[in-house]
Amino acid sequence: MKTYLPSRFIIERDPSRCIQCKVCVNQCTFDVHYYDAEDDEVRSHEENCVGCHRCVIFCPTNALTVRRNPLDYRENYNWRPEVIEDIIKQSETGGVLLTGMGNDKGYPIYWDHLLLNASQVTNPSIDPLREPMELTTYLGQKPDRVEIEPSSLSLKTQLAPQVKLDTPIMFAAMSYGAVSINVHKSLARAAAGAGTLWNTGEGGLHPELYKYGNNTVAQVASGRFGVHPEYLDVARVIEIKIGQGAKPGIGGHLPGEKVSAEVSATRMIPEGTDALSPAPQHDIYSIEDLAQLVYALKEATNYTKPIAVKIAAVHNSAAIASGMVRAGADIIVLDGLRGGTGATPKIIRDNVGIPIELALASVDTRLRQEGIRNQASIVISGGIRNSGDVAKAIALGADAVYIGTAALVALGCTLCQQCHTGKCAWGICTSNPALTKRVNPDIGARRLTNLLRGWSLELKDILGGMGINAIESLRGNRLQLRGIGLTDTELEILGVKMAGS
Amino acid sequence: MRELNNINNFYHDDKVIDACSLFGMMDTSGKQFSGEGVVRAIANMHIRGNGLGGGFAVYGLYPEYAEFYAFHIMYLSHEGQAQVEAFLKQRFYVIHVEEVPTKPTPAISNPPLVWRYFLEVKTEETKGQSLDDYVVEKVIEINTKVKDAFVFSSGKNMAVFKGVGYPEEIAEYFCLDEYTGYLWTAHGRFPTNTPGWWGGAHPFDILDWTVVHNGEISSYGINRRYLEQFGYQCTMQTDTEVVAYAVDLLMRKHGLPIEIVADIMAPPLWEQIERMPSKEQNICRTLRQVYGSLLLNGPFTVIIAHQGEMIGLTDRIRLRPLTVGIKGSVLYLSSEESAIRLICPDLDRTWIPVGGEPVVGSLEKPLIPQEVAIAGGDGI
Ligand code: SF4
Ligand code: SF4
Repeated sequence: MKTYLPSRFIIERDPSRCIQCKVCVNQCTFDVHYYDAEDDEVRSHEENCVGCHRCVIFCPTNALTVRRNPLDYRENYNWRPEVIEDIIKQSETGGVLLTGMGNDKGYPIYWDHLLLNASQVTNPSIDPLREPMELTTYLGQKPDRVEIEPSSLSLKTQLAPQVKLDTPIMFAAMSYGAVSINVHKSLARAAAGAGTLWNTGEGGLHPELYKYGNNTVAQVASGRFGVHPEYLDVARVIEIKIGQGAKPGIGGHLPGEKVSAEVSATRMIPEGTDALSPAPQHDIYSIEDLAQLVYALKEATNYTKPIAVKIAAVHNSAAIASGMVRAGADIIVLDGLRGGTGATPKIIRDNVGIPIELALASVDTRLRQEGIRNQASIVISGGIRNSGDVAKAIALGADAVYIGTAALVALGCTLCQQCHTGKCAWGICTSNPALTKRVNPDIGARRLTNLLRGWSLELKDILGGMGINAIESLRGNRLQLRGIGLTDTELEILGVKMAGS
Repeated sequence: MRELNNINNFYHDDKVIDACSLFGMMDTSGKQFSGEGVVRAIANMHIRGNGLGGGFAVYGLYPEYAEFYAFHIMYLSHEGQAQVEAFLKQRFYVIHVEEVPTKPTPAISNPPLVWRYFLEVKTEETKGQSLDDYVVEKVIEINTKVKDAFVFSSGKNMAVFKGVGYPEEIAEYFCLDEYTGYLWTAHGRFPTNTPGWWGGAHPFDILDWTVVHNGEISSYGINRRYLEQFGYQCTMQTDTEVVAYAVDLLMRKHGLPIEIVADIMAPPLWEQIERMPSKEQNICRTLRQVYGSLLLNGPFTVIIAHQGEMIGLTDRIRLRPLTVGIKGSVLYLSSEESAIRLICPDLDRTWIPVGGEPVVGSLEKPLIPQEVAIAGGDGI
């Protein structure tokens, strides 16, 4: 069948710069560039290009430019090019459209409608270069009060297990298999270096990474891939994954091509078989079932680790979160509409879930109304782009955030959304050994550590400007936020006032 | 419900911002003294206020009614008074009632009526509540439900006198030279937004806890949300209200001693905690983990008082002033040293406390008078 799909990108090769070195031919994993020996010229099959810019960055003479193909159809707000092309694809394949990464639609990004405060006159701002500024955060269940023996001033209260973060930014769940071992190594080393946590995702933990256990969140998802006693023992936190922001209500699918020998050993499934995680956890059909799994994991690890429960941000998040806390979750993780993934049905990614800002605000408010906010920490993820977003999330009520996409961008990802193809030209979202080499774990770890350091320094600047020198004084302090361009209902849900009021 | 915020926080700001002068004086041997010195001292810091609020808390002034709750209530109308008095009769045995004596003072215009009531709780009404909780509930009920009334203070053998004016004018108006007490705190206010409402002046009181405060608490937003979880309604949106409720929660309800409360409101840095011996480390870490939302962040100095105890505390990086002086068994706390020296030139000791370290004067642990006083020195 002749495809009616137009090329999305145009590739311009400046003949005066191109030296026919074929770097682009080797770098592109989507079979775009090829060398025509007869004419001694490098040429392109533009129609295959996904716009990942790998070739552009690696061309030694800067000969390449990749541009959007303007595709000047007649203007139509309803039948936009993307809509037309999706229909073309489905009429040619008859399948569910898959994609990678998070929701890219124009739904409101509330971070961009929230502004932070700073001190003037009545309250001095604090200079983080000269004064201490504290980002230390402890995740875990906190009691309602502390009891002290008055005569000896000794502590009677015993806290549930707590996990210390030097900075309230962690790396989100990305499974081995979806991303390469080198990505896992980079994340684990960076987390250990920066005093924070990284998350295995649902594909288990490669034995080579057990040494980073103290900085590892081990996920237990519906497929139970790679879950065994040692895996649970070695981790610092165990996270039960119920859902994911990029595909609420949908299970995972790791295509058999990505299940290499190493991946198969770690996931504990035969090589080359598809790894299908069921949509629900089949032992959790209700909140009491969740409580059983939470306590089964607490028992299995002798009450030494906090148990997190992760859900996608959906319409009833507040009520669900309250149930999760009552079911014994020590940490609740909310993953918003813009959270990324290695593969998801496009129609789900584009239409299901709610923005994380709203979910966070309503969950934090609800837990406070019920007087149980202290019983669990709140961690959010899904589209956090910079330290400003982190500060706003904490002011809305989060204890910490997870970053996934931002971490991959630090490793080279350009959000070409081809993660599901296994062809990632940046060597991130693939298990092809020739490609995974493109991420060097030493350099990867350094890039990630730098990112965390930069954001942490900026967070300190933000806090100092507010005249606050400890992150806990920002947490849930919504008076440090003002909304701009929001309706009364939005302001009410976010629990912030309009800028100027 | 009546929105006190509408009166006190005229522009509906997040919180009332004010800067101030503070003074506290306590004879830890329990000896009574007149307020004359305290008034001169706070007047010496005139320039730190702007005439929009002054007030005093006095402890030990009603020995004859020591076992009864002493309510000082301000009224803006006779209807308000009638309503409150009917309410009090229902909920309490009223032992004694009188108008608080005042004398016309040119600087004080338009004063409200101020009456005092000595009350005993009708135990059959409490339904198992503790007496203190019962009283707190009734105070909040009067403050929020009755239009023209506001309870200045509600503790035993103590009282708050406050209003719109400079503190020395308020002292004159309420004839404070006629009272004696063993503990006095005083406050001169520089608010940036109140239209001048008598209830908005400091000290802020709940039961016999009073707080005078200088500063702006940047963590106000989360402090308030945390306290709301425990049923406190921060109706006035002042930082001071938050401090008073935090103290009430931690000391009265959670039964924590003042040293521990100071470690919650102005905790040591994590870095310092990591270096502590394991017992203290464990306590400080646990406190920060559990009560992080009550850390008072931003510049503040407070003088907190209750029966038998006076506590001075600054924020942990000491962004607002506090000077301590000791003479014999008397402890002085002041925004400025000059105010202390004005009334007691030959102090045994004077020092500026480290940020976040509480200075405590207590009847239980009276200061031992120094044998030899070294003028101007630290006496050690
Ligand atoms: S490397 Fe990426 S940008 Fe370059 S041609 Fe291939 S797909 Fe296009
Ligand atoms: S991980 Fe790779 S395939 Fe996925 S969006 Fe990023 S660059 Fe593209």
